[in-house]
Amino acid sequence: MLAASYLLALLAILLAWPVPVALSRAQWTSRSPFAAMVLWQSIALAGGLSMIGAMLVYGLQPLGDNLLQAIGRAASLVLENKASDELQFWHLFALCAAALLGTHLVFTLGLTYARITSQRRRHRELLEVLSLPSGAIERTLVINHPAPVAYCLPGGSRSVTVLSDGLVEALSSGELAAVVEHERAHLTQRHHLLLWAFEAWRQALPWLPTSRLSREAVSSLVEMLADDVARRTAPDEVLVRAIALVAVGSAGSAPDPAEASLGSSRTPGTAGPSDDGEASVAARLSRLLTPQPQLTAAQTTAVLAVSGLMLAVPTALLLAPGLVT
Amino acid sequence: MASLGELERSVMDQLWSTADAATANELRDRLAQSEVQSKDLAVTTVLTVLSRLEKKGLVERERGTRPHRYRAISTREDHTARLMHEALGTAPDREAVLARFIGSVTEAEAATLRRLLTRG
Repeated sequence: MLAASYLLALLAILLAWPVPVALSRAQWTSRSPFAAMVLWQSIALAGGLSMIGAMLVYGLQPLGDNLLQAIGRAASLVLENKASDELQFWHLFALCAAALLGTHLVFTLGLTYARITSQRRRHRELLEVLSLPSGAIERTLVINHPAPVAYCLPGGSRSVTVLSDGLVEALSSGELAAVVEHERAHLTQRHHLLLWAFEAWRQALPWLPTSRLSREAVSSLVEMLADDVARRTAPDEVLVRAIALVAVGSAGSAPDPAEASLGSSRTPGTAGPSDDGEASVAARLSRLLTPQPQLTAAQTTAVLAVSGLMLAVPTALLLAPGLVT
Repeated sequence: MASLGELERSVMDQLWSTADAATANELRDRLAQSEVQSKDLAVTTVLTVLSRLEKKGLVERERGTRPHRYRAISTREDHTARLMHEALGTAPDREAVLARFIGSVTEAEAATLRRLLTRG
């Protein structure tokens, strides 16, 4: 079991640093955002699994040859309140660290969810009194504001797309349809769940720079995925024009620091695409203006296979450590 | 019959249109005049709507008077500004709260895009 714990630790280090850094620099991700998204999820899951697993397996290794047996013995030791001279200080230390990290991850996930949903609820309450249902488009609200803004607010059956007057005026009906299609894709593909999970990951491990890197990559990928849905019904140039018009229109209208006192904290000078992890508009546009061929079926299959393998390896090391000893 | 959400919007519109506080009775009369949908609106319904709005922090009740008089806590413009601030804001978890069509754009990016638009 000792060898398994070392292998898991090695895997955890690889997945925490070099692998995400390499993937965030890869160029192929914009050619197949779906495969890239699966790969990111698998890196995060496998990384967490091997991080906790390494400590767990190391700490339990004196108690048995495999994890289940060791857990069983540990449980009986605890329940019968017996002293054990098999477990040394470092074993206990590793077990405590594994328990702490595991609880920390689960709690942060829950806390982030609670915070996100309460912010959504508050936003929805304001929307209810400040917006009017769009006459022309289903499940769409229009707010009275000159800045061109479009967004979607997820919430199960109450999910809505929100447009501003400014946006409706600035865009042609075709461009507007492309924007709405893009926002609907976020809702139907449940992108908010991905953003939630990776945001929680980032908040749980702020000292790990790649946790931010992965969140930025994920938010960029969901935009590309939504763009791809919009492209099914709208020609590329219509979508390009819509993106460019909204981007130009919103460039001057970001909330100024004076307004920030109304809402949550926003320190002046920290705005900008690189800081808040938004998908760079330039990257989205260049992808539409000079389309690259999608990954071939074989390449996509390879990426998906790697993702599956990445999850299978730590699971196998955890459950069947006999394989490596 | 209008939904509660629609009623909340109508009541807020009424409160925003005048600076004065109003009682539930006055609000019902004003709604009956202005709205097609709320001909037979009960005062209790208006009170329900008002207490929901109070819970949401949109209206306040004046203490000490009977019947209670209600007023809007801040102007429509202030609330719209707050709404837009939340939508346009750059808080790190904002993206997980709502997904915007276009994120923040730098002035340099905007300049490039303007050229692109005038050329196309």
